[in-house]
Amino acid sequence: MTLAAPIIEGNRLALARLLTQIENGIPDGQAALSELFPRTGRAHLIGVTGAPGTGKSTLVNQLARFYRREEDESTRKRVGIVAVDPSSPFTGGAILGDRVRMQDLAGDPGVFIRSMASRGSLGGLASATAGIVEALDAAGYDVILIETVGAGQAEVDIARLAHTTIVIEAPGLGDDIQAIKAGILEIADLLVVNKADRPGVDATERALRSSLQLGHPVERVFRHHRPAAAEPESETTRAERKIWSPPILRVTATEGIGIQALAESVQQHRQFLEETGGWQRRERVRLQSELDGMLQAALVARWHAQVQDQLYQQTLSKIVSREISPWQAVKALLNGGAV
Amino acid sequence: MSERKIRVLVAKPGLDGHDRGAKVIARALRDAGMEVIYTGLRQTPEMIAESALQEDVDVVGLSILSGAHMALMPRIFELLQSNGQDDVKVFVGGIIPDEDVPRLMEIGVAGVYGPGTLTERVIQDVRQSVLGAAENSAA
Repeated sequence: MTLAAPIIEGNRLALARLLTQIENGIPDGQAALSELFPRTGRAHLIGVTGAPGTGKSTLVNQLARFYRREEDESTRKRVGIVAVDPSSPFTGGAILGDRVRMQDLAGDPGVFIRSMASRGSLGGLASATAGIVEALDAAGYDVILIETVGAGQAEVDIARLAHTTIVIEAPGLGDDIQAIKAGILEIADLLVVNKADRPGVDATERALRSSLQLGHPVERVFRHHRPAAAEPESETTRAERKIWSPPILRVTATEGIGIQALAESVQQHRQFLEETGGWQRRERVRLQSELDGMLQAALVARWHAQVQDQLYQQTLSKIVSREISPWQAVKALLNGGAV
Repeated sequence: MSERKIRVLVAKPGLDGHDRGAKVIARALRDAGMEVIYTGLRQTPEMIAESALQEDVDVVGLSILSGAHMALMPRIFELLQSNGQDDVKVFVGGIIPDEDVPRLMEIGVAGVYGPGTLTERVIQDVRQSVLGAAENSAA
């Protein structure tokens, strides 16, 4: 008996417990998630990323409040929030502090907030984040806001997970060269200049705008460790494929200024994805990236179970003493033999 | 596959605004390898119970300096129980008069810590309360 049935009935404690099981890689949790999986794919997954202190949590809080303000209860969206903060590389501990900025949402049964530690993942999310999001999706949350760790330049995993990615900038964080580098800015479906009441906001917006104008708009196809997801596609869909150009929105999240316009842009992006087939393409990218990640983890675990730790340590020592190279070591270890 | 991580909610119920103690404890537990959900100041018992539920924590650590502990603590226990979280361990730190300690232990508080408590002791008690309980239930 897994937690799937009580979750479908709306039991919040069961949901919270399942999220823990998923995070800890417990087989019961995987079984429950497998039962729930057919119910997923309905939620709009919205990623929120940006450098530390740009206002991600505050913005998430305001967006959630906006979605919950809808007066008509039948159209009011239920909001799930997954907020990731970094784990210490030394102790594995973490301070998860995103709830501090989300106190306005307390007491609303239509909101479920879960904090996660990154547990060693480097892409801005935790390896279990996709599973957590799926559980919330299956539990009937219509919008899921996913807040990454404070991101620098390369924490771009969120773009593979979310349908819509919001990148937050704030005045005073970098010049126009920062704005044309590859990485976090190019994953934005929507660019937000937060703290728009601060000096320097014009310069920040100008740098972002000129960066967007320098670029040749391209459809996003992920370059990854393997060829991009090949999918059958007819000539007409290719011809109709339009390019989305990310709007730049000024927001003062602490005051709630600009939130409505942001929510409208999010909705437009969703419509764009639905009209152009982008929704399905992103679903495929997301699930491929989840499958690949799980496959990798499972293969490594299986391999570790087969190879004696002693052999592994001996091989490592030989690399340290420069007897063999890491490439030779991998070849030998995969063949199951000593070097 | 993954090791069991101890998850702790650190919160300050009531109206006093001094959260240094709570932050010292949060940091100490973090450095002991735990995942600490920090919710900050001025939490109502309802907010604390809701956070404990959503985060599925093993432990709730509360810092109370205002003297309102005898009003706040029973309410928090009541809410944790009605949410089905009877198994959550609750620790309290702050300014708690000695004569209140027995009553707090009676309603289920796992530990009470005053000024000058060594963080090592708190870490040890928290770890013991969670892992000890897990071992007992496994046996």
